[in-house]
Amino acid sequence: MSSGYHIVVCGSLVPDPLQVLEPVEGPDGPALENEMMIPAVLDPWAAHALYEAAHLAARTEGSRVWLVSIGPRARLQQLMMSIAQKVPFELVAADGPASGFTDARETAAALADLIESIDGLDRSRALIFGGRSSASRDAGVTMGMVGERLGVTDQFLAVDKLTVEDDGRLQIMERIEGGRYLVSVCQGPPLVCAWSTGELPEPPNNPQVGMQNMRTIMPALQKAKPVQLDAEGLSYVTVEIPKGKRDTRIERNMGAEDIAREIVEWVRG
Amino acid sequence: MSAANPEVQTIQSSLRALPGDDVRQVMWRFADRYDLQMLVQSARSVARGPVARLVAEGARHTHEWTEEKNALLKAYDDAGITSVFLEPEYGGFIEGPKNLALALAAFELAWVDGGAATGAMAGHLGLSPIHEKGTEEQKAEYMRRFAPPGPGEDREIERSAFALTEPIPYVGVDTGVLGGKVSVKEWKDGEEPILHVEKRGRFITNMAFANFVSAAVDSGDERIKGSCMIILEETDPGVYDRGTPTKKLVHQLSATSDPVFSLDVPADRIIGGYTVEDGTIVPNYSHGEIIDAVFRRTRVTVGLMSAAKLLSAVEPVIRYQRGRYRGGVGDQEGTPRHELGLQQKEDALHRLVDIWATGEASASLGFAAARLFDDLDPLDHRRDEIFAKYDIPKGRQAIRALAEWQDAAVEYLRLEARPEGERDADRFAELADNELIQYLVRDSLANVLCPAVKLWNTGHGANMMREAVSLMGGYGITEDCPGFLPQKWMDAQLEATYEGPEAVQRRQLSVTMRDPIFLARFEGWIREMRRIAGLRPGSGACTLASAMDLWLWTLRHLLEAKDAAGSPLYKGHRQGVTFPMADALCWLLASRCQIMDLIELDEKGRDHPTVAEGLSEYVEFFTDLAHVQAANAAGEAARICSSLVFGYNRHPSWVEDRERAYLGRELEVLESVAPGLCSCAVDAFDDEGDAPLKRGPCVRFDGYEPFTLRRGKLDGCLTGSRLAKDRAALAVTRVTIPEALDYPL
Repeated sequence: MSSGYHIVVCGSLVPDPLQVLEPVEGPDGPALENEMMIPAVLDPWAAHALYEAAHLAARTEGSRVWLVSIGPRARLQQLMMSIAQKVPFELVAADGPASGFTDARETAAALADLIESIDGLDRSRALIFGGRSSASRDAGVTMGMVGERLGVTDQFLAVDKLTVEDDGRLQIMERIEGGRYLVSVCQGPPLVCAWSTGELPEPPNNPQVGMQNMRTIMPALQKAKPVQLDAEGLSYVTVEIPKGKRDTRIERNMGAEDIAREIVEWVRG
Repeated sequence: MSAANPEVQTIQSSLRALPGDDVRQVMWRFADRYDLQMLVQSARSVARGPVARLVAEGARHTHEWTEEKNALLKAYDDAGITSVFLEPEYGGFIEGPKNLALALAAFELAWVDGGAATGAMAGHLGLSPIHEKGTEEQKAEYMRRFAPPGPGEDREIERSAFALTEPIPYVGVDTGVLGGKVSVKEWKDGEEPILHVEKRGRFITNMAFANFVSAAVDSGDERIKGSCMIILEETDPGVYDRGTPTKKLVHQLSATSDPVFSLDVPADRIIGGYTVEDGTIVPNYSHGEIIDAVFRRTRVTVGLMSAAKLLSAVEPVIRYQRGRYRGGVGDQEGTPRHELGLQQKEDALHRLVDIWATGEASASLGFAAARLFDDLDPLDHRRDEIFAKYDIPKGRQAIRALAEWQDAAVEYLRLEARPEGERDADRFAELADNELIQYLVRDSLANVLCPAVKLWNTGHGANMMREAVSLMGGYGITEDCPGFLPQKWMDAQLEATYEGPEAVQRRQLSVTMRDPIFLARFEGWIREMRRIAGLRPGSGACTLASAMDLWLWTLRHLLEAKDAAGSPLYKGHRQGVTFPMADALCWLLASRCQIMDLIELDEKGRDHPTVAEGLSEYVEFFTDLAHVQAANAAGEAARICSSLVFGYNRHPSWVEDRERAYLGRELEVLESVAPGLCSCAVDAFDDEGDAPLKRGPCVRFDGYEPFTLRRGKLDGCLTGSRLAKDRAALAVTRVTIPEALDYPL
């Protein structure tokens, strides 16, 4: 495609997975203890989407990449100090909550509004990327609803690979049940891709890329408008971290195959 | 503390999370510098990624520069660490002075491995002579070659090394004794002379791969005057032998060897250029002038590497302490033994608090020095121009000429220390506009802070790393100790040695700390600490002010005093006097910087939404740490000052002082005449005229009242410091730490 893609990646911050997360009851409902104080990272599935987007844009002349994020503005700024160094993109930000207790419907609506506000976005060339799920908002439905609101009905979930064919059609590989893939071909944009892990490693940080990005990121952060995600009508009966259980057994003379067989049996119950 | 002193539990003390980037950005003054914030993230990703994996895989077990180690160079290039040092026109990405930037990058790398930090910084060290004193042509040529290739460029990056140290007995501690020689090989009329360089290096970092070297050499030819630094390239005709790897026990992720050079190079490789006078090549800069300019900056970076190690030890030690008994027989979730483990023990907590406080103080001191050099650099790089403007001659005559400006510099500092409304605004503005004065006041401080950072951070830091290792029990001396603490402990010893060992730093401090300009600033700091003490009781500022006052009195006393034999005390060769005073000063400087960072956090933190939420508890905790450290610094300074003030006086003996002593029965008579008079008698003998057991002839303190008053006040100023330690210890039991370290074991 000579004119390139307009790739919009939806993604925001989540607490660093190494941190201890403890749900607490805040003034506006459930929240994470110390949420503003603990380090954050870009939501891992969204991060894969961003790296895939940048990779695709780099190979397709005329392409542009936007990262659309909703999160506390100050936290987003901290996040950008790392993410902005990974790949070139333009930021579109809104100042709002990024906890795990927002409603996916409201989040999708806010994201769609932000995407519609992007100056220069050609919807006919748009690839709407995001994570298949979120490390903190694990409903797994947000990207689908974003697509519906934007009128983009070619939607692919749990994508691991997107290939541009010679004739410009897009071949997409989605994860399905049983460790298998569903391979689809569509004519081209617009479409929605909710990414799994993709196939690309995390790019190294490069401050020179970051300095380039920051020329647009800092103004975007300053312009970030507040967005209300009140989860109206939504109530949480109980909130808790999934319990992990460690059951250690030391086996000194067990082969790898036997270990694998036992794990499979355990998984099957 | 929780277990040992229930009363203290009533004092509110909490710390919900370890201080994150946003807190550090405010404390270390780069909250408004996103270029530096990105550099931190970038260096961190290399440190906690490829560097940590190499350490975990055992790459430190070899002296050789392996392929795996060599791969780190590309990681540094990709992450922008290689180009930090460069100006934007040569491929860099940071505008202006870069001392703080380099300090932050080294800090992040050393958080995981000091050798990696050294290796990454050694390239900058090799380029520094060219950066500081090189000709414009030299800068353009070598900066460009050092820069990673840009888009569309088809070339390999070139790497540099710095060759000063030579095999014993030549240049090492004494940088003036050079064995390396440069002579004229060929000098045709109208052409660039060709020089021959003979240089053997020892302990030279980056030599396994350096493409060019900045080497220090002395003249071996009457047609060359003095010493210089000269650029050697691997393609020059002759011998460019990288040498055998040094069998060092530490810093194995940096490439160190003992190279041999026997090369012919054109004279325009002399760094900074040269002139020809009466048929003699006169380098524009001696090697001493260049290394002074280089080391005064790079030594700060080394000091920060040791600071990073201490702060990096906090999280692994907490995790080890809390998990010490988990999984054992009878262990039950929810019990203090399960939740706190070794943190039930006051000693374990107090020692960790001391490590943390030292780490904070050393980081504060180091970053303060790095910022100072950023402030000084624009003036320093124009020094020759400024000196010319104020008719300061070159060479030794400059010392006398500059002395004439000393009073004005002191006046400026005294005006600066006064509240704005109380000083002569016109005079202050006049002095503030004088570039020479501004240069002198910054330079005098830099001349103290640089050796102080290098000396205290690495020397005392190494001692405290041993303490951290000891807190990990047997784990602490194993390769798989979380956080690589034993490796960091050993590495710290090298950091205390290279780029000028401790004796060099003490020697420099013993001269620079008596500079009247610095002492005027120091006096201002004492008043400043007193003011802070009034505003922030419990921060240790009062303790510190008393300790600083005691140190200053002692210095002035020692400058005039003589020992029992009548020899002056404060003399260059009398290192038993000058060196401990230098040590004491370092403690005080570090403590002051820590308090200033605490104030910065408190005052500016509220402007940062991510900091504001936990600000009060961070301020409370850092206040306690500052108090703990101020008390430690005061104790150290007081011990040193007392021993120096009294230690060189001859101790009285019974024989010589018998005429001043009383017999016991004489005292009884005196007491009957004037009750209480006996208490004035210092020495007494029994009825047989024998000296009482366990009681020597007592020392008199006549004339030392100013000292004893200060010492007494200082002791009283330690009030509350142990309670601060208890509170900090309690906070350490409550702070949330991540589930696991963010780099491999």
